[in-house]
Amino acid sequence: MKKEIICTVCPRGCHIMVEGAGDTVSSVEGYACKRGLEYASAEFAHPVRILTTTVKVTGAQESLLPVRSNNPIPKEKLFECMDVIRAIEVKAPVNCYDVIVADICGTGVNIVSTKTVEAE
Amino acid sequence: MYNVNCDVAIIGGGPAGLAAAIAAKKEGAEKVLVLERDNAPGGILQQCIHPGFGLTRFKAELTGPEYYGRFVDEAKEVGVEYMLDTMVLEVCNETNEVVCTSSRYGLTCVKAKSIVLAMGCRERTRAGIMVPGTRPAGVYTAGAAQRLVNRQNIMVGKKVVILGSGDIGMIMARRMTLEGAQVVMVVELMDYLAGLTRNRVQCLDDFGIPLKLAHTITRIEGNERVTGVWVAPVDDKKQPIADKAEFVECDTVLFSVGLLPENELTRKAGIAIDPVTNGPAVNQYMQTSAPSVFACGNVVHVNDLVDNVSEESERAGKYAARYAMGKLDGEKKIVKCVTGRNVRYLCPQTIEANEVDGKVTLYFRVLQPEENVRLVARCGDTQLAKCKEFRVNPGEMCHLTVATKDIDGDVTVDVVKED
Repeated sequence: MKKEIICTVCPRGCHIMVEGAGDTVSSVEGYACKRGLEYASAEFAHPVRILTTTVKVTGAQESLLPVRSNNPIPKEKLFECMDVIRAIEVKAPVNCYDVIVADICGTGVNIVSTKTVEAE
Repeated sequence: MYNVNCDVAIIGGGPAGLAAAIAAKKEGAEKVLVLERDNAPGGILQQCIHPGFGLTRFKAELTGPEYYGRFVDEAKEVGVEYMLDTMVLEVCNETNEVVCTSSRYGLTCVKAKSIVLAMGCRERTRAGIMVPGTRPAGVYTAGAAQRLVNRQNIMVGKKVVILGSGDIGMIMARRMTLEGAQVVMVVELMDYLAGLTRNRVQCLDDFGIPLKLAHTITRIEGNERVTGVWVAPVDDKKQPIADKAEFVECDTVLFSVGLLPENELTRKAGIAIDPVTNGPAVNQYMQTSAPSVFACGNVVHVNDLVDNVSEESERAGKYAARYAMGKLDGEKKIVKCVTGRNVRYLCPQTIEANEVDGKVTLYFRVLQPEENVRLVARCGDTQLAKCKEFRVNPGEMCHLTVATKDIDGDVTVDVVKED
């Protein structure tokens, strides 16, 4: 399988052609630096993304608490993770980087708070 | 009227105001007061819950709240003071008074020794680009929708068309998709992307959202609620080709069509405005045409990276503090920064050239995307700095650093095509 990947490592945005099967890469063309080569290979085999969203918070001045995944999550699991996060409600106070969901959807990644919210 | 005295008054508690306040305190200003109209500091970053901030400054990919959170913590440590829920009504640069109204103190006069303008920018609206049609519910600027969705827990629509491929528009495309809406398309007037490539990949391509370059919305339909929009390709003069317009069904339209520095206070104070940036003209200290008034961040020129805002705001805060302490004066040789080939604007607009070992970073945007270019800063025929770039585009700010000792006249920046 051949896939064109636009590199997002730097603003240059190289269009890199990666060829391979499954998660094995057989050839990479069109990259301009080592970081681009690494990015394109990883993006071909296992594309991952940081997930950011919000959860409901009670007992605080604000109604939502912003959260993120502390590490990138496989791209195909983003919506599954959203379904889990959507059902969550937390109670203030919450500190920045408190774990809101541990090991979300078996990814080994935690969903953590990105903001300190005081109790009202 | 309630009266407050301070050394440096900072208007706006977003990333620019916070960085300026911290730097002013560190430089030795005793009382630094941030005036903020929201009920908490952080500004627009409070609703920017996505990652991508701080790559330059912290070498980490932070979300908006994490980024400003670091500044709020530092501001607390160094003793920055705030007046929240406070709206500034007028800045008087002759008396250094800032008149504001606060829900706690009522009408208030803040007397300062120097003032930093850090009001940021606001979004261009549908009215700003005059899109014809009816006026139904469901038409938002992307940032307004972002605030409703990310801070107020109000979902703005189910089937969305976004006009403008700026970063906020693309980020909202992803956000709406993750929250269960269908983003039908992103429509962009220009034949190139307005925002960062990384956002196109991670916000549009990842979710299969089509990007229609060289297209625009020609009409909005619907009575009570948006029922759809007409989308047409544009010719090379950016005029819509009417008979090729297609009806696209949707219940929501988001506008991400540019940001405008918020300079009502600046204009009212009689401070000189650069007609290209729509922000105050500044020198390398971020000092405006009124010597006691400094400015930084998106109120000066719209930035694409908050890291750059923090850097220039620290400069504004530092020199505002020096001014307040009487350490920034003297006769100076002032030169202009001049836009050369394929340069839309330059910031700062002027340089005080007789600093012995100073360095000035010139920030600028190109007019047109170009490949294989050299960025050159020069004084007449003397080259001051140069840098090769594989690709430049108007959405990504460029910069060059020059030494002030080499400057003996106006500084011109050109983007030169390499052979």
